[in-house]
Amino acid sequence: MALVAIGASVLAAFAAVGRLARFAGTALIRLVQPPWYPAQWLNQMLVIGWLSLPVVGLTAIFTGSALAQQIFIGGSRFNAASTVPAVTVIGVVRELGPVLGGLMVAGRVASAMAAELGTMRVTEQIDALVTLRTDPFRWLVAPRILAAVLVMPFLVLVSNALGVMGGWLLATQRLGFNSAQYLATTARYLQVDDVASSLVKAAVFGFFIALMGCFHGYHSGGGAAGVGRATTNAVVSSFILILLANLVITVILFGS
Amino acid sequence: MIVPRIRLAGVAKRFGPRQVLAGVDLDVMPGESLVIIGGSGTGKSVTLKLILGLIAPDAGSILVDGQEVVGLKGAALDAHRARFGMLFQGGALFDSLPVWRNVSFALAGSAASRRAAAIDNLARVGLGPEVADLKPAELSGGMQKRVALARAIAARPPIIFFDEPTTGLDPITAAVINDLIRELATDLKITALTITHDMHSVRTVADRVAMLHAGSIIWQGPLASLDGCDNPHVRQFITGSAHGPIQMPGLANRPAR
Ligand SMILES: Nc1ncnc2c1ncn2[C@@H]1O[C@H](COP(=O)(O)OP(=O)(O)OP(=O)(O)O)[C@@H](O)[C@H]1O
Ligand SMILES: [Mg+2]
Repeated sequence: MALVAIGASVLAAFAAVGRLARFAGTALIRLVQPPWYPAQWLNQMLVIGWLSLPVVGLTAIFTGSALAQQIFIGGSRFNAASTVPAVTVIGVVRELGPVLGGLMVAGRVASAMAAELGTMRVTEQIDALVTLRTDPFRWLVAPRILAAVLVMPFLVLVSNALGVMGGWLLATQRLGFNSAQYLATTARYLQVDDVASSLVKAAVFGFFIALMGCFHGYHSGGGAAGVGRATTNAVVSSFILILLANLVITVILFGS
Repeated sequence: MIVPRIRLAGVAKRFGPRQVLAGVDLDVMPGESLVIIGGSGTGKSVTLKLILGLIAPDAGSILVDGQEVVGLKGAALDAHRARFGMLFQGGALFDSLPVWRNVSFALAGSAASRRAAAIDNLARVGLGPEVADLKPAELSGGMQKRVALARAIAARPPIIFFDEPTTGLDPITAAVINDLIRELATDLKITALTITHDMHSVRTVADRVAMLHAGSIIWQGPLASLDGCDNPHVRQFITGSAHGPIQMPGLANRPAR
């Protein structure tokens, strides 16, 4: 009995992954084939990028400051309080900037996409698109995925910069660091490779955020409850995929 | 012999345990205006979606202009759908777009020409140009329905489906819409398939009437034969009586007074 149940859920999981892979494949194929809807792309870039700036920026500043404080406390125990600028910049650029930026954008954007597409599904707007000879993948899904992949690296650059700035603010205002020295150390430890890795992560996260938002919204079940479930699933699954992808990329890029 | 515009043969569809359609046979001739009547939940809207290829039937065949629709994919399916306009029961307006972009959605051309076409079509459903720039959420239910109607007819497709075009409209506006559908069928030779519960609509719009009940077409005939029809289901429907062969589940055992 137990084996049958496990077998069934494993099969269901494979089926879900298969459906997701097909959805992603269809979206990517339609993305490269005309007709294209550039107005939709621009609109999505605005919605995803510009409107996410405040929340991503604030998250970065707060977390960068808290990180500097903790490194200072931890470092003091080993007479290594001077490592604050170096460790902060590495921590922010390699991990916290992209991951927290990704999670905040996922909370904002994956949920909004799932709610919007889910509502369009249950109010038959997606059916209406089809009868008006417009492919929902080209009109709805592809622009969201493209916009998220293009815009996330910019958001993460901002996130990195503000995270480092948050650390610098706290270190110079509260911990007594010399501003010029702090910035010089930061610049010395800021590696091109680290920035590149955070941009790669950002693009991958953007892809998963839009994919999860669109996939769950597109397949939303009936009524308000169905849209609610789609929204929750979109946020939870994009969180998990972001954290998993982050681990995989980190191990590949820094593990050896 | 004339090839029917639409021919359904043995079309069946089930959702979970519910067998909604169990062998629907129906022909719609070119230029004809057919009205489907039937109780709530009998599968009228589902029938339209099956013909459009929005959902796939479990069994049966759907021919449009002699061509099998079931199983069509890609470009062939797109070409099939290009022949249709559809007014959805709930309107299904794109709420992110203003009214005029909804109405002109399937039209090509410059923004100015599409806007002009949208305003033309809005006028046909009794709406003034001032609604063109509003968002659907800013309209009343009846206005949304009419915008959706304008969108369905805007591209002048040869076949148009109207799913309850007059529900939620006042009697005068409803009459305007009924006349419009009549006109499209008579003057523009459009093939129209209308679903309605409104007997007034049936009498204005229909050349022929079909009744869907318990998963199949139980009666069909020209409008003129509707009143003389002795099918008890049809009689109960057109007289609007709670008592007769059609029973609501839960009310089935109430004695007739
Ligand atoms: N996508 C769907 N998934 C599951 N069940 C569905 C779906 N679409 C329709 N149904 C079911 O099929 C049945 C027929 O639905 P349909 O919308 O065709 O009714 P209808 O004849 O148009 O009724 P009404 O006059 O109230 O609009 C209903 O019981 C409905 O619950
Ligand atoms: Mg219906």
